Formats: sequence, structure tokens, C-alpha cells
Amino acid sequence: MMTDEILAKYDMTIGVECHVQLATKTKLFSGVDNDARDKSPNSVVSPIDYALPGMLPVLNRAAVDLAIKAGKALNSTIAKVSRFDRKHYFYPDLPKGYQTTQMYQPIIGAGVVHVPMEDGSIIDVRIHHAHLEEDAGKLTHYGSYSLVDLNRAGTPLIEIVSEPDIHSSAAAKGYVNELYRLMTYAGVTNGDLFHGNMRFDVNVSAALKGAAELGKRAEVKNLNSFRSVERAAEYEFKRQVEILEHGEKVVQETRGWDDAKQKTTSQRSKEDAQDYRYMPDADIPPIILDDTEIAAIQADMPRLPGDWRLILQKLGLEYLAIETLLDAENEFRGKINILQMIESVIDDTKKAKFIANWTVNNFITILRSEPSLNIGSIDYLSLQTAIYDLIESNKLSSTNAKVLFRELIGVDELPNVETYATEKGYIQVSDESAIAAIVDEVLADPISQKAVEDLRNGNDKVIGFLVGQIMKKSGGKANPALAQKLIKERI
Amino acid sequence: MTISDIQDQIKASSARAVVEKVIAKAREKADYHALLNLTEERALQRADDVDAGKITGKLAGVPFVVKDNFLAFGAPTTAASKMLEHFDAPLQATAVEKLEAEGAICIGKSNLDAFAHGGSTENSAFGPTKNAFDTERVSGGSSGGSAVVTALDIVPFALGSDTGGSIRQPASFNGVVGVKPTYGMISRYGVVAMASSTDVIGSFTTNVADAELVSSIMAGCDVRDMTTLPDFFQVQTEVKPGQKIGLIADFMTDGVDADVRAKVNQYVDGLKAKGHIIESVNLPMAEYALAIYYILVPAELSSNLARYDGIRYGHRAEAVKTLAELYGRTRDEGFVTENKRRIMIGSYVLSSGFFDAYYLQAQKARTLLINQFNELFKKYDLLIGPVAPTTAFKIGENTADPIKMYLGDIMTVPTSLAGLPAISVPAGKSDVSGLPVGVQLMGPMRSDANLLALARSMETI
Repeated sequence: MMTDEILAKYDMTIGVECHVQLATKTKLFSGVDNDARDKSPNSVVSPIDYALPGMLPVLNRAAVDLAIKAGKALNSTIAKVSRFDRKHYFYPDLPKGYQTTQMYQPIIGAGVVHVPMEDGSIIDVRIHHAHLEEDAGKLTHYGSYSLVDLNRAGTPLIEIVSEPDIHSSAAAKGYVNELYRLMTYAGVTNGDLFHGNMRFDVNVSAALKGAAELGKRAEVKNLNSFRSVERAAEYEFKRQVEILEHGEKVVQETRGWDDAKQKTTSQRSKEDAQDYRYMPDADIPPIILDDTEIAAIQADMPRLPGDWRLILQKLGLEYLAIETLLDAENEFRGKINILQMIESVIDDTKKAKFIANWTVNNFITILRSEPSLNIGSIDYLSLQTAIYDLIESNKLSSTNAKVLFRELIGVDELPNVETYATEKGYIQVSDESAIAAIVDEVLADPISQKAVEDLRNGNDKVIGFLVGQIMKKSGGKANPALAQKLIKERI
Repeated sequence: MTISDIQDQIKASSARAVVEKVIAKAREKADYHALLNLTEERALQRADDVDAGKITGKLAGVPFVVKDNFLAFGAPTTAASKMLEHFDAPLQATAVEKLEAEGAICIGKSNLDAFAHGGSTENSAFGPTKNAFDTERVSGGSSGGSAVVTALDIVPFALGSDTGGSIRQPASFNGVVGVKPTYGMISRYGVVAMASSTDVIGSFTTNVADAELVSSIMAGCDVRDMTTLPDFFQVQTEVKPGQKIGLIADFMTDGVDADVRAKVNQYVDGLKAKGHIIESVNLPMAEYALAIYYILVPAELSSNLARYDGIRYGHRAEAVKTLAELYGRTRDEGFVTENKRRIMIGSYVLSSGFFDAYYLQAQKARTLLINQFNELFKKYDLLIGPVAPTTAFKIGENTADPIKMYLGDIMTVPTSLAGLPAISVPAGKSDVSGLPVGVQLMGPMRSDANLLALARSMETI
């Protein structure tokens, strides 16, 4: 077992290649449906995808537009001229015998992703380039034979290639998570990780600290979750350090991640590497773009995570709250526009911060714990604003507010919240004389005498018990802060 | 036989009668092995539809033949290979669709070198096509079958594909008009790809006017082929007078048979007599064109033929145990020797470590060649020269020597590499062999109409 002490002698270096499935209606070079989810095998395959003789690719312009948007999200330059190339290998899921990709002149140039880390620091991961390419089909193996499904063949992807700027498994996870946010916010992908909308290949190497050269790397292919990226990087680093500690050499190879066993396994070594015989694709003219066109496409984009962070940070929100909001925006897209809701009250900082925190602590928690909950279409901004106002005016305790909020999620029509709270008896009593009577009653109660004694002896903690008694007697309506004040006055 | 001859016959009888007669003639001439399959049933059905007025158009009822690397209904699309021997196309090539939309009737599919690899049709998996004028000799190729059916007057026109001379050379060998249009003028959609950057679709006809008609129907932008150009082809009824024509001196050396050169000179004199100015010009890069061609084209075709793997359609080897064996045996059985030779060359020049030295170097040389053409076209309206160094050679004469066979392409590949239009115009028969000789006209991009107009005027030389 590698101790932390031994591991600390080594530097971990990670580069990530990420395949993002583009959210186009049709495939990269044919006019058939791009969404292969839940379709019967080989039902969304055109003669082009099937690679019949004489078929020619017709480039889907929508894929180019999405690549241009992805380029902005990656802070990258967009190439004025980019081209497609052919990558050759034989496999039954590759109908043409080559994958159409961009080897020599990719559409997206160098860029950078700013990865926010939990400790508030930011890690910059440089992007080497990103290119457009088509996906292959899928093989399913049954004993001695295999079945080919070409539904996914020809699906447009962009492959984002990072520089080896990542030096911890946590940063690797942070990077892929940030890529996910960038690509979903930019509308580049639907981001369905379960169906492989984003897949990660992680290149990991280990070298003694201060070494002039990077160690031999192993590439762990086809990871489909942020967690597996983190785990695979961690595992791979330890495995390599162990090899190096034994005075042996790491083999440059492709490895797979076994999620059940939580380990990587060798798939093929560099010696078996194929010669892809890359060649320009003469069937597809170059993509020629000009500044005006690029600017117009990039202007027509929603706000990206980095901009949202700046806005939310100005409200004084914590790291975790901000990241929760950013993730929830994706998670519940189509149900509710969380960020837009907060932004609409952004001028009232106090209120916006309250609604942001309320959303994080209550709304999102409920949505996540009750996945089948139908939240309907009521105006949640109005509801949360009403709750804010009632709490601000001391009419509603946060405890009752939570109960009320949960009750109103998914109602057909939003009632007047204060009226509803009143009818339900949630409004708290802030009338001092009314509460004073209850306070007196509680303090006189024999059950309270021990606590009263302790309080007099300076044990402040017991005040909670007394407040609790008051709340109970008042049916939860007493303003607890007021009750506390009145207790202290009397003792 | 011209298109208008056939149209007169249809008027005098019926489309069905004409198509029946054409098919009977095709059967009668079966010994030439110009056709691999007839599309008789579909052709007769269409003829009936023409007679019933259901099908109309500029070519209503006019029979034609397509090279069997065009996807077309009525018979398998074999590309003259075992690989596709039983492949029934589920759709048709754009060129075929456009002709059918004008009422033309495809009556059969013609022989070629398998996957269009060759210049004699001797590489057909189903045996060679014989020359229309001497059955001991080759038809030329790869579109040999289409040239011969036209020369034999079976049909007034036939379609071919030209990657490095595959229309022009067989046209020259059989005394018909063969047109290789500007790259991108006619859609390649639905034609079995050989080399994507030089493949073009063109026609064989017995006269130039028919070539103009057929070209005007097939030309135009096709959304299914991104390399097609917006339609620019407009038939030019008048010949532009006093054109400056460059006679390519590099093509008039001892490497070209004297009887071929004599015919070219005769037509050069004829053009001079018509008031055009002819000057000798040099195209020094022509020397390298063959080397460039036989690097780039094998590279591209090795890629384009990768899809024939026995997985989805076409020939599939039986009783194989592994995937590698399935690929290996399927491709070994489905391809002819010349296919394999070119796939090997192409795979080699694209291999890691050789790509820069071969493929990239050849692309750079290709650019220099194109630049030389561009320079010439600043001064000249068009260029003239022979099509092939010889007249049709004997069947079997060159089969043992691929290099000698490749040398036959030396004057057709330069324009292919540059994407330029070129026509093989019949120039009568050799004084030595009595076999047909063609003269080649070559022009700048999009000058197809001018080339055809000039070619038309040459019919009176």
C-alpha cells in the first residue's frame, strides 16, 4: 500500500480528452434523427451513415454553430478555416472504415477553462484545441457473435483536448464538472451523462517531484461520470507510483475503468497502436468563417457559468451555495429557471440573497429528495418573495415557512400566501402582551422550575427548553426571539 | 446514331418499339461484352409510360446506358466486382435521376475495370470489353463498356466516370465524343467513389451536340454533394472566334505514337484554318503528373474502398473464425488484383512516417501543376493535345506491366488533378492502324461550354 508519504514524493499530471455529443436535431453528415436514445437498433440510420457505395457526407451547419458556441465557452479562438480528415481503422461499428474528424485544422483553437475549487482557489486548465467529429456505432456481444447498431453512427461530437495542466484527482473532477457546466449552459449538449452525452478519457502520469520530464502516461478511456474521473485518476496515480517505487517502468497504454471493482485494467499497449493513416477528406469543403458570423453566433448565447458566479458572488453567497445553484440550474432545466428567478430580483441584494439561499436550502433539497414531485407551473418567485416578506416582518418563523413552502409546491394555483398562512395558523404572534402571558404561565409551571433555576445560575443553554415550552403552548405561533427576550427580562 | 435520330424513330413508332430494338441490338452485340446487365424489365415499363404520356421530357423515351459504378435501378450495381456482384441499389445516382426526370430510359449497365481501376476494362471481374473497331483490342477504360455501346450505335449516349482519363481514353479508342467536365459541375452522388478529389461524371455521345444536351441536363448544384458548383453550364451556340490555343509540346514528343501526333496536327491545322491562333506551349509539371496521380489517387481510393468490409452489404467471406479473417478474406475475394495493388500503394503512402514524404509532397506538386495551368490560361483560351499515347492496344498486351498501363494515362491525369474540363474529340482514324484517334481539348475551370462549342466546330474538319 502506498502511504501518503510515498505519494507525496511524486507529482501527478493529468490531461483530459472529453467527447461532447452535440444537441443537433440531425447527424453530422446525414439528415436522420440524432437522438438514438430508446430507439430500436438501426432505426435512425441513413444510407450515408450506413456507408452505401456512392454516398457523400453533407455537413450539418447546426453542428458548426454549436462548435462555435463551445469555442466561446472554452475561451478559445475559432479557426477561420477548418477542415475534415479521415481516420482509418476497421471495426464493425465504423461503417465507412474511417471516422470523419478534424486532425490537421480543427475548428476550435487554444483556450482556457477556469476551474473553481472548493477552497475558493481557481485552477486554469489550458485547452489545446477542440475538433468536430462523428461518433461510431455500437456493438453488442452475445457469446460467439456480435450485433451492430448504427443508430449512433454519425452523431456529431466535439472532442475537447486539454493540456496536462491538472495535478490532482480533485482538480480532474473539478475540470470535467466545469466542462459539463460550460457545455450545458452554452446549449452545446443535452448533457445526458447516463446516455454518454459526455465521455472522458483521462491521461495520467506520475513523476518524482522536480523531474525534468513527465512520466509515461496511461490513458483511461471512456469514463462517463465526474466521480469515475476522480477515482480513476486517483487509482491510476497510485498504481503508477507503486510501479515506480519498485524500480519498474510504467507502460504507455490504454486502460479501462472497472466501476464495480473501482480499478483500471490494461486494454492495449502502445505497441498495438493502430496506424490511422490520417488523410484530408476531399468530399467536404473547408469550413470558412468570418468574424461577423462568429460574433453573431456567439452573441446569441445564454450566460455562461463564470458570469453567473460573478453575479452570485456579489450577493455574498458561499462557494457551495453558488455551485449548488449552478448545478441545480442544469438538473432542473425545463422544470424551473432558478438563476433567472434570482436574477429578476438582483437589484434588491438582500431579497435576492434570501431567495438564493432559500432555493439552495429548501427548494433544491426538496426537489432532489423527491424526484417524482410535480412542481406544476406556479410562480415560485412570488411564493418565495411572499415568504421573504413574511419572515422579514416577523410574521412567519423559518420553521413554519418551510412547512408552508412544502405545502404550496405543486398547487394548481398560488393562493395569497399571507392569507393562507393565517388560515393555517402559521403566522407567529409578535404581540408582546400576548406572548408575555404565555411566558409567565410557562415560568410558573412546575415542569420549568429546574430550567429556571439553571438559568438563574448562569446556564444559558436551558433557555431553549423554555422557549420550546412557550412555542408549544402558543401552538407554534409565538415569535421565539421575542419569547427569549421576555424570559430574560423576567429572570 | 444521335439522340435526334432516336427521337425520330420514337415519333415514327413508339418508345417501346425503340427500346425493344435497342435491347435486341445489345443482345446481338453481346460478344463485345460491353454490358454487364440489361435493365430490360424496367426499361420496357418506362417505355410504356412514355408511350402513355406518363413520362415526358427532353429525352422522353431515349435509351441510354450507365457505367456499372452508378447506382441505378433495374439491375445490380456491381462496379464490375465480385464485391458488389449482387448489390441492388436502394436509390439512384443524381445524374441518373436527372436524366430519368427528362424521360431518358436506362437499358443496361456497362462494363468497367473493377471499381474503375484501370485503363482497359481488363480488370473487370467479369472479363474485358472488346474494342468497337477490333475485337482483338481493348475498349480502353475504365469506362470501356459505355464507350463501346455508344460506338456500336446501341444507344445514342452512355454515362461514364473519369478519375484520370476513364472517359476520355476509351472515347479516343472507340471514336466517340467523351466529356470530362469541370470537377463539381455534375453531382457524384450515387456513383461508387474512386478518388473523391478527381472523380467526375461525364458522357459518351456520337456527336458534340448530344454531349451538350446531356451535360446541360446533368449539370448543377446538388445538395447531396457538397463539392458541386452552382450551375454555370450554358450551351454556347456560336464559337468564339480567334481563340488562342496552346498545343502542349510536352505531349507531342516521341513518347506519343507518330500516327496519333499526325492526327492531332491535322486538327491543329484545321483549327488554324478556322481562324484560331495556335502556339506551342510547355507544361513542365506534366512530367510529374503521373507520379502525383499514382500517389494521391491510390491514397484516396484506399480510403473510399474501406467500406467494403463484408459487414453490412456486398460480398462476405464464409466460414471465417475471426473478425480479422472476415475482413481479410472478404476483401481478398471481393477485389481484383489491381484493386489490391492500389489499396496497398494508398495505404503505404498514408502510413505514419511516409505521409509527409509521399502524400503531402504530392499535394504540393499538384499545387505547382495547377499553378502552371493557371499561368497558361492567362494567355490561352484552351489547350490541345493527344488523349492517349497510342491507339487501342491488344487485349493482354499490357496486363503484365502495370507501369506501362499507367503510362497510358500520362496526358489525361494532369487535367484530372487540376479539376479542369477536358474533351476527347474524335479525330478520324490512324493512317497506320486504322483505329480511332482522339484529340483532347482542355480548358480552365468552368469553360466546359466553350470547349464543347469549339469541339462541335471541329466536326467539320
